[in-house]
Amino acid sequence: MMSFLFGRKKSANSAKERLQLVLIHDRTDLTPAELEALKDDLIATISRHIDIDPMAVRINMAQEGREQRLVADIPLKSATRKRTR
Amino acid sequence: MTAKVITVASGKGGVGKTTTVANIAVALAARGQKVTCIDGDIGLRNLDVVLGLENRIVYDLVDVIEGRCRLRQAMIRDKRLSELYLIPAAQTRDKTAVSPSDMVRLCDELRTEVDWIIIDSPAGIERGFKNAVAAADRVLVMTNPEVSAVRDADRVIGLLEADGKGPASLIINRLNPTMVKRGDMLSVEDVLDLLAIDLIGIVPEDENVIVASNKGQPLALDDKSKAGQAFQHIARRLLGEKVPFQDFNTPNVFQRLLGRK
Repeated sequence: MMSFLFGRKKSANSAKERLQLVLIHDRTDLTPAELEALKDDLIATISRHIDIDPMAVRINMAQEGREQRLVADIPLKSATRKRTR
Repeated sequence: MTAKVITVASGKGGVGKTTTVANIAVALAARGQKVTCIDGDIGLRNLDVVLGLENRIVYDLVDVIEGRCRLRQAMIRDKRLSELYLIPAAQTRDKTAVSPSDMVRLCDELRTEVDWIIIDSPAGIERGFKNAVAAADRVLVMTNPEVSAVRDADRVIGLLEADGKGPASLIINRLNPTMVKRGDMLSVEDVLDLLAIDLIGIVPEDENVIVASNKGQPLALDDKSKAGQAFQHIARRLLGEKVPFQDFNTPNVFQRLLGRK
Protein backbone atom coordinates (compact mmCIF):
# COMPACT_ATOMS: atom_id res chain seq x y z
CA MET A 1 0.00 0.00 0.00
CA MET A 2 2.71 2.41 1.10
CA SER A 3 4.86 1.39 -1.83
CA PHE A 4 1.92 2.07 -4.12
CA LEU A 5 1.55 5.59 -2.72
CA PHE A 6 5.23 6.33 -3.08
CA GLY A 7 5.45 4.63 -6.45
CA ARG A 8 8.44 2.55 -5.37
CA LYS A 9 8.38 -1.16 -4.77
CA LYS A 10 10.07 -2.19 -1.55
CA SER A 11 13.33 -3.92 -2.40
CA ALA A 12 12.68 -6.68 0.14
CA ASN A 13 9.56 -7.64 -1.83
CA SER A 14 11.51 -7.91 -5.07
CA ALA A 15 14.13 -9.98 -3.27
CA LYS A 16 11.49 -12.40 -2.02
CA GLU A 17 9.70 -12.71 -5.35
CA ARG A 18 12.94 -13.24 -7.26
CA LEU A 19 14.15 -15.81 -4.76
CA GLN A 20 10.86 -17.71 -4.91
CA LEU A 21 11.37 -18.25 -8.64
CA VAL A 22 15.09 -18.96 -8.43
CA LEU A 23 14.63 -21.55 -5.66
CA ILE A 24 11.97 -23.42 -7.64
CA HIS A 25 14.39 -23.87 -10.50
CA ASP A 26 17.35 -24.66 -8.21
CA ARG A 27 15.38 -27.30 -6.33
CA THR A 28 13.93 -28.99 -9.38
CA ASP A 29 17.02 -28.60 -11.53
CA LEU A 30 14.69 -27.35 -14.27
CA THR A 31 15.34 -24.14 -16.17
CA PRO A 32 12.38 -21.89 -17.02
CA ALA A 33 12.75 -22.97 -20.67
CA GLU A 34 12.68 -26.65 -19.73
CA LEU A 35 9.57 -26.07 -17.65
CA GLU A 36 7.86 -24.43 -20.63
CA ALA A 37 8.82 -27.40 -22.83
CA LEU A 38 7.40 -29.76 -20.20
CA LYS A 39 4.10 -27.84 -20.22
CA ASP A 40 3.89 -28.00 -24.01
CA ASP A 41 4.53 -31.75 -23.98
CA LEU A 42 1.88 -32.28 -21.31
CA ILE A 43 -0.72 -30.33 -23.26
CA ALA A 44 0.12 -32.16 -26.48
CA THR A 45 -0.13 -35.57 -24.81
CA ILE A 46 -3.44 -34.84 -23.09
CA SER A 47 -4.89 -33.35 -26.27
CA ARG A 48 -4.33 -36.65 -28.03
CA HIS A 49 -6.79 -38.29 -25.65
CA ILE A 50 -9.30 -35.64 -24.72
CA ASP A 51 -10.43 -32.31 -26.06
CA ILE A 52 -8.93 -29.43 -24.09
CA ASP A 53 -8.47 -25.74 -24.62
CA PRO A 54 -4.68 -25.21 -24.48
CA MET A 55 -5.16 -21.57 -23.55
CA ALA A 56 -7.15 -22.48 -20.43
CA VAL A 57 -4.54 -24.90 -19.10
CA ARG A 58 -2.64 -23.75 -16.01
CA ILE A 59 0.50 -25.68 -15.06
CA ASN A 60 2.54 -24.31 -12.21
CA MET A 61 5.15 -25.29 -9.69
CA ALA A 62 3.73 -25.10 -6.18
CA GLN A 63 5.66 -25.11 -2.96
CA GLU A 64 4.62 -26.91 0.20
CA GLY A 65 7.30 -26.52 2.83
CA ARG A 66 10.42 -27.77 1.09
CA GLU A 67 8.43 -29.96 -1.28
CA GLN A 68 7.87 -28.88 -4.84
CA ARG A 69 4.92 -30.10 -6.80
CA LEU A 70 3.75 -29.62 -10.32
CA VAL A 71 0.12 -28.58 -10.22
CA ALA A 72 -1.93 -28.76 -13.40
CA ASP A 73 -5.41 -27.36 -13.82
CA ILE A 74 -6.77 -28.64 -17.11
CA PRO A 75 -10.39 -27.72 -17.85
CA LEU A 76 -11.95 -30.28 -20.19
CA LYS A 77 -14.20 -29.26 -23.05
CA SER A 78 -17.63 -30.69 -22.47
CA ALA A 79 -18.21 -33.90 -24.43
CA THR A 80 -21.78 -34.45 -23.17
CA ARG A 81 -23.30 -32.25 -25.88
CA LYS A 82 -21.78 -34.37 -28.61
CA ARG A 83 -23.19 -37.53 -27.06
CA THR A 84 -26.74 -36.28 -26.56
CA ARG A 85 -27.01 -35.20 -30.15
CA MET B 1 30.22 -38.47 27.96
CA THR B 2 28.74 -38.74 24.50
CA ALA B 3 29.20 -35.54 22.64
CA LYS B 4 26.72 -34.08 20.23
CA VAL B 5 28.37 -33.10 16.97
CA ILE B 6 27.07 -29.82 15.53
CA THR B 7 28.25 -28.47 12.18
CA VAL B 8 27.72 -24.89 11.07
CA ALA B 9 27.48 -24.54 7.27
CA SER B 10 26.22 -21.91 4.84
CA GLY B 11 27.30 -22.50 1.27
CA LYS B 12 28.15 -18.84 0.78
CA GLY B 13 31.27 -17.44 2.41
CA GLY B 14 31.32 -14.46 4.72
CA VAL B 15 27.92 -14.93 6.34
CA GLY B 16 29.44 -15.38 9.79
CA LYS B 17 30.05 -19.12 10.28
CA THR B 18 33.35 -18.80 12.11
CA THR B 19 32.07 -16.07 14.43
CA THR B 20 29.00 -18.16 15.16
CA VAL B 21 30.97 -21.32 15.90
CA ALA B 22 33.26 -19.39 18.24
CA ASN B 23 30.36 -17.77 20.05
CA ILE B 24 28.18 -20.85 20.39
CA ALA B 25 31.19 -22.78 21.71
CA VAL B 26 32.00 -20.01 24.19
CA ALA B 27 28.38 -19.71 25.30
CA LEU B 28 28.10 -23.47 25.87
CA ALA B 29 31.40 -23.59 27.76
CA ALA B 30 30.28 -20.64 29.90
CA ARG B 31 27.29 -22.76 30.92
CA GLY B 32 29.60 -25.46 32.22
CA GLN B 33 29.61 -27.65 29.12
CA LYS B 34 32.79 -29.27 27.87
CA VAL B 35 33.21 -28.14 24.28
CA THR B 36 35.69 -28.75 21.48
CA CYS B 37 35.43 -26.73 18.31
CA ILE B 38 37.06 -27.89 15.12
CA ASP B 39 38.11 -25.57 12.31
CA GLY B 40 37.14 -27.43 9.15
CA ASP B 41 38.47 -24.76 6.82
CA ILE B 42 41.79 -26.33 5.92
CA GLY B 43 44.15 -23.90 4.21
CA LEU B 44 42.13 -20.87 5.36
CA ARG B 45 42.09 -21.24 9.11
CA ASN B 46 40.43 -18.49 11.10
CA LEU B 47 38.65 -19.92 14.10
CA ASP B 48 41.93 -19.62 16.03
CA VAL B 49 42.15 -15.82 15.57
CA VAL B 50 38.46 -15.26 16.30
CA LEU B 51 38.92 -17.16 19.55
CA GLY B 52 42.23 -15.41 20.27
CA LEU B 53 44.16 -18.69 20.37
CA GLU B 54 46.40 -18.20 17.33
CA ASN B 55 49.64 -18.06 19.30
CA ARG B 56 49.11 -21.37 21.01
CA ILE B 57 48.93 -23.68 18.00
CA VAL B 58 51.41 -26.53 17.91
CA TYR B 59 49.52 -29.30 16.15
CA ASP B 60 46.48 -29.18 13.88
CA LEU B 61 43.65 -31.31 12.53
CA VAL B 62 45.75 -32.81 9.73
CA ASP B 63 48.53 -33.71 12.21
CA VAL B 64 45.98 -35.74 14.18
CA ILE B 65 44.57 -37.43 11.09
CA GLU B 66 48.00 -38.29 9.72
CA GLY B 67 49.14 -39.60 13.09
CA ARG B 68 51.84 -37.03 13.89
CA CYS B 69 50.28 -36.32 17.25
CA ARG B 70 47.64 -37.63 19.58
CA LEU B 71 44.17 -36.03 19.59
CA ARG B 72 44.77 -34.52 23.03
CA GLN B 73 47.91 -32.75 21.85
CA ALA B 74 46.03 -30.88 19.10
CA MET B 75 43.33 -29.66 21.51
CA ILE B 76 44.21 -26.11 22.55
CA ARG B 77 42.65 -25.15 25.83
CA ASP B 78 41.05 -21.70 26.00
CA LYS B 79 42.56 -19.12 28.37
CA ARG B 80 39.24 -17.94 29.81
CA LEU B 81 37.12 -21.05 29.81
CA SER B 82 38.86 -24.19 31.00
CA GLU B 83 36.24 -26.45 29.39
CA LEU B 84 36.68 -25.00 25.90
CA TYR B 85 39.10 -26.46 23.37
CA LEU B 86 40.00 -25.77 19.76
CA ILE B 87 41.39 -28.14 17.16
CA PRO B 88 42.78 -25.76 14.54
CA ALA B 89 42.82 -26.34 10.79
CA ALA B 90 46.10 -26.91 8.99
CA GLN B 91 47.16 -23.74 7.20
CA THR B 92 49.59 -25.16 4.66
CA ARG B 93 47.47 -28.01 3.35
CA ASP B 94 44.21 -28.29 1.42
CA LYS B 95 40.85 -29.98 1.85
CA THR B 96 42.02 -33.23 0.24
CA ALA B 97 44.24 -33.90 3.27
CA VAL B 98 41.07 -34.95 5.13
CA SER B 99 38.30 -37.36 4.11
CA PRO B 100 34.75 -37.63 5.48
CA SER B 101 35.63 -40.96 7.12
CA ASP B 102 38.66 -39.33 8.83
CA MET B 103 36.28 -36.80 10.37
CA VAL B 104 33.88 -39.52 11.52
CA ARG B 105 36.76 -41.43 13.14
CA LEU B 106 38.15 -38.33 14.84
CA CYS B 107 34.76 -37.25 16.18
CA ASP B 108 34.04 -40.76 17.43
CA GLU B 109 37.25 -40.66 19.46
CA LEU B 110 36.41 -37.19 20.74
CA ARG B 111 32.79 -37.98 21.60
CA THR B 112 33.73 -39.80 24.79
CA GLU B 113 35.74 -36.81 26.06
CA VAL B 114 33.42 -33.82 25.68
CA ASP B 115 29.75 -32.77 25.66
CA TRP B 116 29.80 -30.85 22.41
CA ILE B 117 31.85 -30.89 19.21
CA ILE B 118 31.20 -27.80 17.09
CA ILE B 119 32.57 -27.92 13.54
CA ASP B 120 33.13 -24.83 11.40
CA SER B 121 32.50 -25.78 7.78
CA PRO B 122 34.30 -23.99 4.98
CA ALA B 123 32.22 -22.15 2.37
CA GLY B 124 31.21 -24.10 -0.72
CA ILE B 125 29.56 -27.47 -1.16
CA GLU B 126 32.60 -29.56 -2.09
CA ARG B 127 35.05 -31.72 -0.16
CA GLY B 128 35.52 -29.35 2.79
CA PHE B 129 31.77 -29.12 3.34
CA LYS B 130 31.37 -32.89 3.00
CA ASN B 131 34.15 -33.42 5.56
CA ALA B 132 32.53 -30.96 7.94
CA VAL B 133 29.07 -32.55 7.85
CA ALA B 134 30.19 -36.20 7.73
CA ALA B 135 30.14 -36.67 11.50
CA ALA B 136 27.36 -34.19 12.29
CA ASP B 137 24.38 -35.17 14.42
CA ARG B 138 22.84 -31.83 13.60
CA VAL B 139 23.65 -29.14 11.05
CA LEU B 140 22.99 -25.46 11.62
CA VAL B 141 22.66 -23.65 8.30
CA MET B 142 23.54 -19.98 8.38
CA THR B 143 22.30 -17.26 6.13
CA ASN B 144 22.07 -13.50 5.93
CA PRO B 145 18.80 -11.80 4.88
CA GLU B 146 20.18 -11.25 1.42
CA VAL B 147 19.49 -12.97 -1.94
CA SER B 148 22.76 -14.79 -2.60
CA ALA B 149 23.13 -16.05 0.98
CA VAL B 150 19.53 -17.33 1.03
CA ARG B 151 19.93 -19.06 -2.31
CA ASP B 152 23.13 -20.79 -1.22
CA ALA B 153 21.59 -21.79 2.10
CA ASP B 154 18.75 -23.43 0.16
CA ARG B 155 21.28 -25.46 -1.85
CA VAL B 156 23.00 -26.60 1.33
CA ILE B 157 19.67 -27.51 2.97
CA GLY B 158 18.75 -29.53 -0.14
CA LEU B 159 22.10 -31.35 -0.16
CA LEU B 160 21.77 -32.19 3.54
CA GLU B 161 18.26 -33.56 3.00
CA ALA B 162 19.41 -35.68 0.08
CA ASP B 163 22.24 -36.98 2.26
CA GLY B 164 19.94 -37.92 5.13
CA LYS B 165 21.56 -35.22 7.30
CA GLY B 166 18.42 -33.15 7.63
CA PRO B 167 16.42 -31.51 8.95
CA ALA B 168 18.83 -28.65 9.39
CA SER B 169 18.12 -25.70 11.66
CA LEU B 170 18.46 -22.13 10.48
CA ILE B 171 20.44 -19.22 11.89
CA ILE B 172 19.70 -15.84 10.35
CA ASN B 173 22.72 -13.63 10.94
CA ARG B 174 23.22 -9.88 10.46
CA LEU B 175 19.58 -8.94 10.56
CA ASN B 176 19.19 -5.18 10.43
CA PRO B 177 15.79 -4.38 12.01
CA THR B 178 15.81 -0.80 10.71
CA MET B 179 16.22 -1.96 7.12
CA VAL B 180 13.53 -4.62 7.61
CA LYS B 181 11.11 -1.96 8.89
CA ARG B 182 11.91 0.18 5.87
CA GLY B 183 11.14 -2.74 3.57
CA ASP B 184 14.71 -2.91 2.33
CA MET B 185 15.71 -6.20 3.90
CA LEU B 186 14.12 -9.65 3.88
CA SER B 187 12.45 -10.21 7.25
CA VAL B 188 12.83 -13.32 9.39
CA GLU B 189 9.37 -14.39 8.18
CA ASP B 190 10.38 -13.91 4.53
CA VAL B 191 13.49 -16.06 4.93
CA LEU B 192 11.54 -18.76 6.78
CA ASP B 193 8.86 -18.76 4.04
CA LEU B 194 11.55 -19.25 1.42
CA LEU B 195 13.71 -21.85 3.14
CA ALA B 196 10.96 -23.66 5.06
CA ILE B 197 13.10 -25.09 7.87
CA ASP B 198 13.12 -24.61 11.63
CA LEU B 199 14.72 -21.54 13.11
CA ILE B 200 17.29 -21.82 15.91
CA GLY B 201 18.63 -18.28 16.03
CA ILE B 202 18.28 -14.69 14.86
CA VAL B 203 21.43 -12.62 15.27
CA PRO B 204 21.06 -8.86 14.74
CA GLU B 205 23.78 -6.89 13.00
CA ASP B 206 26.12 -5.64 15.71
CA GLU B 207 29.36 -3.65 15.44
CA ASN B 208 30.58 -5.39 18.56
CA VAL B 209 31.14 -8.54 16.50
CA ILE B 210 34.04 -6.84 14.72
CA VAL B 211 35.35 -5.27 17.91
CA ALA B 212 35.29 -8.69 19.57
CA SER B 213 37.13 -10.38 16.70
CA ASN B 214 39.69 -7.55 16.69
CA LYS B 215 40.48 -8.46 20.28
CA GLY B 216 40.07 -12.21 19.92
CA GLN B 217 37.46 -12.20 22.66
CA PRO B 218 34.15 -13.76 21.55
CA LEU B 219 31.27 -11.53 22.51
CA ALA B 220 29.03 -14.28 23.79
CA LEU B 221 30.67 -13.44 27.14
CA ASP B 222 29.36 -9.88 26.88
CA ASP B 223 25.78 -9.67 28.16
CA LYS B 224 25.36 -6.14 26.89
CA SER B 225 25.86 -6.92 23.23
CA LYS B 226 22.74 -7.82 21.24
CA ALA B 227 24.56 -10.31 19.05
CA GLY B 228 26.21 -11.80 22.13
CA GLN B 229 22.78 -12.37 23.68
CA ALA B 230 21.53 -13.93 20.46
CA PHE B 231 24.44 -16.41 20.47
CA GLN B 232 23.72 -17.25 24.09
CA HIS B 233 20.12 -17.94 23.13
CA ILE B 234 21.25 -20.35 20.41
CA ALA B 235 23.44 -22.19 22.92
CA ARG B 236 20.52 -22.48 25.34
CA ARG B 237 18.26 -23.79 22.58
CA LEU B 238 20.89 -26.41 21.75
CA LEU B 239 20.75 -27.42 25.39
CA GLY B 240 17.01 -28.00 25.02
CA GLU B 241 15.75 -24.82 26.68
CA LYS B 242 12.75 -23.10 25.17
CA VAL B 243 14.00 -19.57 24.64
CA PRO B 244 11.52 -17.25 22.90
CA PHE B 245 12.80 -15.53 19.79
CA GLN B 246 13.35 -11.81 20.15
CA ASP B 247 10.94 -9.77 18.12
CA PHE B 248 12.99 -7.39 16.04
CA ASN B 249 9.87 -6.14 14.26
CA THR B 250 8.53 -4.25 17.25
CA PRO B 251 8.23 -0.60 16.32
CA ASN B 252 10.50 1.70 18.28
CA VAL B 253 9.21 4.30 20.71
CA PHE B 254 9.11 7.06 18.12
CA GLN B 255 7.06 5.00 15.67
CA ARG B 256 4.76 3.90 18.48
CA LEU B 257 4.12 7.54 19.40
CA LEU B 258 3.18 8.25 15.82
CA GLY B 259 0.70 5.42 16.17
CA ARG B 260 1.84 3.34 13.27
CA LYS B 261 4.20 0.51 12.61
